[in-house]
Formats: sequence, structure tokens, C-alpha cells
Amino acid sequence: MAERSRGPGRRRRFAALATVALLAPGVAACGGDDGGVPVINVYYSTEQSFQKLVDDCNQQAQGRYRMVYQVLPRAADEQRVQMVRRLAAEDDGMDVLGLDVTWTAEFASAKWIREWTGAAKDEASRGTLQQPLESATYEGKLFAAPKNTNTQLLWYRSDLVPNPPKTWDEMIQMSQDLKSQGKPYEIDTMGAQYEGLVVLYNNMVASAGGKILNDDGNKVEFDQGAVDALGTLQKFASSGVTNPSFTNTQEDAARLQFQGGSGAFQLNYPFVWPALQEGAPDLKDKVKWARYPGIDAGTPSKVTIGGFNLAVSTYSKHPEEAFEAALCLRSPEHQLFSAVNDGVPPTVESVYDDPQMDEAYPFKDDILAQLKDGSNRPVTPAYQNLSTVLSATLSPPADIRPEQDAEQLRGSIQDALESKGVLP
Amino acid sequence: MTTAETAEKPTTHSVRAQRKAKARISEGKRQERKLGWLLCAPAAFVMLAVTAYPILYSVWLSFQRFDLKFPDQREFIGLGNYWTVLSNDYWWTAFGITMLITVVTVAVELVLGMALAWIMFRTLVGRGLVRTAALIPYGIVTVVAAFSWRFAWTPETGYLAGVFGEGAPLTERASSLAIIMLAEIWKTTPFMALLLMAGLALVPDDLLKAASMDGATGWQRFTKVMLPVMKPAILVALLFRTLDAFRVFDNIYVLTAGANNTSSVSMLAYNNLIRGLNLGIGSTMSVLIFIAVAIIAFIFVKLFGTAAPGSEEGGRR
Repeated sequence: MAERSRGPGRRRRFAALATVALLAPGVAACGGDDGGVPVINVYYSTEQSFQKLVDDCNQQAQGRYRMVYQVLPRAADEQRVQMVRRLAAEDDGMDVLGLDVTWTAEFASAKWIREWTGAAKDEASRGTLQQPLESATYEGKLFAAPKNTNTQLLWYRSDLVPNPPKTWDEMIQMSQDLKSQGKPYEIDTMGAQYEGLVVLYNNMVASAGGKILNDDGNKVEFDQGAVDALGTLQKFASSGVTNPSFTNTQEDAARLQFQGGSGAFQLNYPFVWPALQEGAPDLKDKVKWARYPGIDAGTPSKVTIGGFNLAVSTYSKHPEEAFEAALCLRSPEHQLFSAVNDGVPPTVESVYDDPQMDEAYPFKDDILAQLKDGSNRPVTPAYQNLSTVLSATLSPPADIRPEQDAEQLRGSIQDALESKGVLP
Repeated sequence: MTTAETAEKPTTHSVRAQRKAKARISEGKRQERKLGWLLCAPAAFVMLAVTAYPILYSVWLSFQRFDLKFPDQREFIGLGNYWTVLSNDYWWTAFGITMLITVVTVAVELVLGMALAWIMFRTLVGRGLVRTAALIPYGIVTVVAAFSWRFAWTPETGYLAGVFGEGAPLTERASSLAIIMLAEIWKTTPFMALLLMAGLALVPDDLLKAASMDGATGWQRFTKVMLPVMKPAILVALLFRTLDAFRVFDNIYVLTAGANNTSSVSMLAYNNLIRGLNLGIGSTMSVLIFIAVAIIAFIFVKLFGTAAPGSEEGGRR
């Protein structure tokens, strides 16, 4: 540049630049109010076609509100940390919040989100599946509208496994047989020290008919079913049927392991299906799906329900419009759109009957059956604590000692519920 | 720095003269000093606002039961949180891990840093290139570097995972810790080398020549001449690195996120404070880390006689 390095002009320009740099994120985050139309900031995790929903709703609103999609980080923990930090500071720049199903109780108890009442409540619960609706309810009140749900299926190689296993024991046995024959044998699923491990364990507890907390979610129960599930998890992890990276594996890594060809079974969410079509054309005709394995041959599994709920922030300046916008985002038509385009299972039952679902969701009947018979994770404001304590004790799963760990967990979970103990 | 400080070693005579001069300080001097204080005031005020206030506030928080999830249950409980933390296994495990990482990394960095400093100092050709190349790891953002280490050590994506046989090194405690320490050492050895190079510049060439004239071997010149002269620089480098290493966070956060009992105390404080929303317990841990760091600094300064960089040599002995 021609300017002299220390001229006042340069300094002034620098100051101006610095000011712009400081202000820019703020301007972008607020979206700006144009012509009195209330701006509704929607904080939602990355979903490929979500912007289309937002645009469509803005059009339907005809100027009553204008939604702006603010993308949250990919990792669930980081989404929660960002929202929690801003809500704790009473930030009024957030209106509609995309909450993982396990956060509803926490946000409601901290008084960060508004209760759904009246017409909005009726619309949010009309035709909605029971389990997802329960995940949005805390102390008998509705605090969010279920947007999409989720559940894991068993994906298996039909060329190696003629009949899918019904129980964990059966699956481990099949895998060991394949291993001794020198064929692909791995059971690929999530085993890293994070929420995914808790989900794996919760599937086993619920399928065994056990309980981690009592029904009110304020006392630890940890009955025989929960202890038995510790044993099943330990057996699974130490039978030589997992991927070497099992204790560091999250959803996408599990998908890649299976797609790589070393797995005979995969326990994972339906997002693996479209990815398989694109990423492993040679496998796509060999892979089939079935209900998640259970504990007893006679009792079908009960699998954890995932997904997202939409809540309205307590500090929102336009609550009425925010409720309306949230309802629009999760309307049956939009749920169908998201299911077809982004692969997320709807929460409204009637959507499953739509013919468009047949092609995008060939496994929709299995999903619906699992959802109707599914299991929610314990509902408590201290869920994050509970999950942290559980995943730390369960990791690495091969080292679980069922009786001792159960005894220790009874104490540390109760502490976690009362936010008394130290989190690992 | 005043002229008195940079002058050659004061004799007893000149010291007495200085004292006299201080006694009858001139009007101009007094004005100058006042101006000095005034000029410092804004900086001092900002320091107080951004460091003293948060520290005092976290001490205040650490005396309370305060969980953002249960806003109605906030109460003053004195030292209760300290008892909870100090009687907890997770805390002491993390403390042990932190101490291990601190001691091992700082020791290795000192040795490697010294060698690197020597190379950077003695290079004759391409000096700028050598120095720049050596400093690159320190210039890379820790989180970015940590991610590339993570991918490198993960089977399927990494070129290092298979080096020590089958398996995933980041899924076991011992190998995870080794990788965390390796990443730390790789990252901060250049910093150590930089500080030590400043110390090397302090060693007068004449002294080394004289020693070799007296028949000192290379090793003797190193231990008997260079190390004593470099001691202040070494201690400062050790102090900085120890304080830094004790607060290790980024590498662990990215590489293992604390899995398989690899959490450091900072990691534990983050989990309780930011993820657990427990302001009471989390602040207690922050205060304990602060105290631990203060103790380390105290030991270095009082026991080993580390001088603050910039002050005269051996000023606090």
C-alpha cells in the first residue's frame, strides 16, 4: 500500500475497521428489525433443508413475523452450552430454541422457556405420538412442541446373516461365529464416553424392564434390570465383537466403520440409510434392517427416543409470534418435508401414512413400531449431570463390574440429581 | 527501567550516594513521579476490573450452593463446596493427572528446548529459516493442532494409529496420556527454546573461551559455566511453562474429552461449571486451581529465587 505506515489516516482506518469487526457479529445475530415486522430468531442445529422451512413459514406469515435461522454448532453439548450461557444472562436475542429431548426438564426448571397453553398447546399435541410428547412435558405441563423424533434400528448384512437376531446374546453369538469363519463380524455402534453410550445403556435397561430413576425423576432406583443391563453391556464390549475404536466411536464413526465393510451389524439412527446409498453402492442391496435387539427372546426391545423439541425463550420479546413460528416449523406438512429431505422421523403419526414416505423411509413401519413402544430417558432437570456421571462410570464398557458399579452409581446419581456431587 | 538499574554493578559507595539522592528528591522528580502514577492509573484500574473483580466474585460463588438449574435453591454454605471437592475421587484423580502432565512435559521440554535453543543460537547458515521453522508449532492454534493429532491417531483416518500395532491408541488411558503429553511437548518446546535462547545470549563468549583455556571439557563448560549464568532465564522459563502446563485444557478437550480418566483439573472445572451449570462447585475448583498456581509461583520465586523477567539479575535472592 502507498500509505505511510504510521500516518493518522491509517490509524483512523484501523479504528474504523476494529469497530466494524466488533459490531458485525452483533448486527448479524440480531437480524435487525425492518419496518416493524417482529424478527424471530430461531436457534436450531444444522439440518440441511431447515432454511426452506423457515422461508416457507415466513411466506405463510404474510408479514406477521420474519424468522431468521441461526445455526447452532453440530455437537449437542456445544448447542446446549451456547443456549444455556445466553439464557443464564437473560439474552433477549433468542426466540425459538431447538432443544434435544433431554433438555426440556432442565430448561423448564430453570425458568428459561415458556409453558405452552391454550390453542398453541392443542395444536402442538394434536396427533402427536405419545413418547415424543412426554419428552416435551415437565411436571405435567407442556414446555415444547416435538419437531422430530428419532430411534435406532438394527442394520445388518443379509448376505452374512440370514435372519436378524432378536436379542443381544443371539447377536453376539452370530458375530462370534462369523469371526471364526473369517467373515466380516463387527457389531458397530456408539461407545465413546458421551451421551451415545448412555443411550446404548438405556436401551438395555428399558428392554430388561429396569429403571434408573423412579417415575417422578427425583430419586435413584437402579433396580435389578439396571444391574443386569450393566452385565449385558460389559459382555458385549468384552466379547471381541466390537470395532477396535469402539470406546471412542460416535454416530458418524460407527456409520463409517460399517460402511467400510468390517461390520456385520450396525446399531444406529436412520441417517445411515441415505448415506449408505451414496457411500457404499456395493453394500446397499445387502443391508437390511430390523427391530433393535432386546434382552429376552420373548420381550421386544424398548429403544430410547431421541429427536428435537421447539421451545420459546422466556426472554423473547415477541412470544406470540414465536409460538406461531414454532408451530409452523413443526406442522405436519413441514415434518413430511423434513422426513423426506433430511431423513428425520416425524412426531405426528398421520405423516407416516403419506405415500411420499414409502420411498424415502422404506423402514417406516419398524420405526413407528419402535416409537410407539419406545422408552424416554429419565426426565429430570439434572439430566446432564446424570448423563455425565453415567457415561463416566460406563466408560470403558469392558471394565464394568456390575455389582460394584451399581452400588457406586446409586450414590453418585443421587448426588447428581441434587447437584451436590462433583461431575467427572 | 531507570538508569541506576542498567548501570554496572553498584559499589557500596555508589549505593550510599543513591540513598542520599533519594532523600532529597527534587520538585521536578516528584512531579514526574506523580505523572507516572497518573499514567499508570487507567491500566491499573482496568486490571482490577478484569482480574480482581472476577477472582473475588468466584471466591464469593464458591461459598454458595448455586446451580443454575435450581435457581430457587441458592444459599450460603461456607466451606461446604470445598469439602465436597476435596473429598472427591474425581478431583484427586484429575489432580494427579495434571501433576503428571505438568512434571513430564516441563522436564522433557526443558531438555529439548535447551537443545533447540542451542541449535537456533549456533546456526550459521539460514539462521532466520531455522528459527522460523522451529517456531511453527507454537504458531499453530492449539485446537487445530490437537484435531490433527486426533485424526492422526485414529484408525481409518490416521497415519500414526497403526505405528504401534493394532488398536486405537486414544481409547486407552496410558496411550491417551502419552499422546496428550506428546502434543503438549510438540506445541510448547519452541516457546521454551525461545526463552532459553535469551538466556544463552547472556553467556559471554570470553567466559567460555577462558574456561576452555583452563582445560574444561564441553560438558564442564555447559554445567559449570553456561548453566549458572543462564539460571535466571531457565527459572523464568520453567515458571512460565509450569504455570501454563498446570492449566492444560485444549489438548485434552479435543483429544479425549476426559475419557478413560484423562481429565485435568481445568477440564473438570469446565465440566462442572459450564456443562453442569453448577456455579458453586465449579467456582470452588477454579479457586483451588488459582491457589495451586499461586503456590507453584511462590515456590519458584521464594525457594528457587526466580526473578521477574526484566528486573536486575538475582534481585530477589
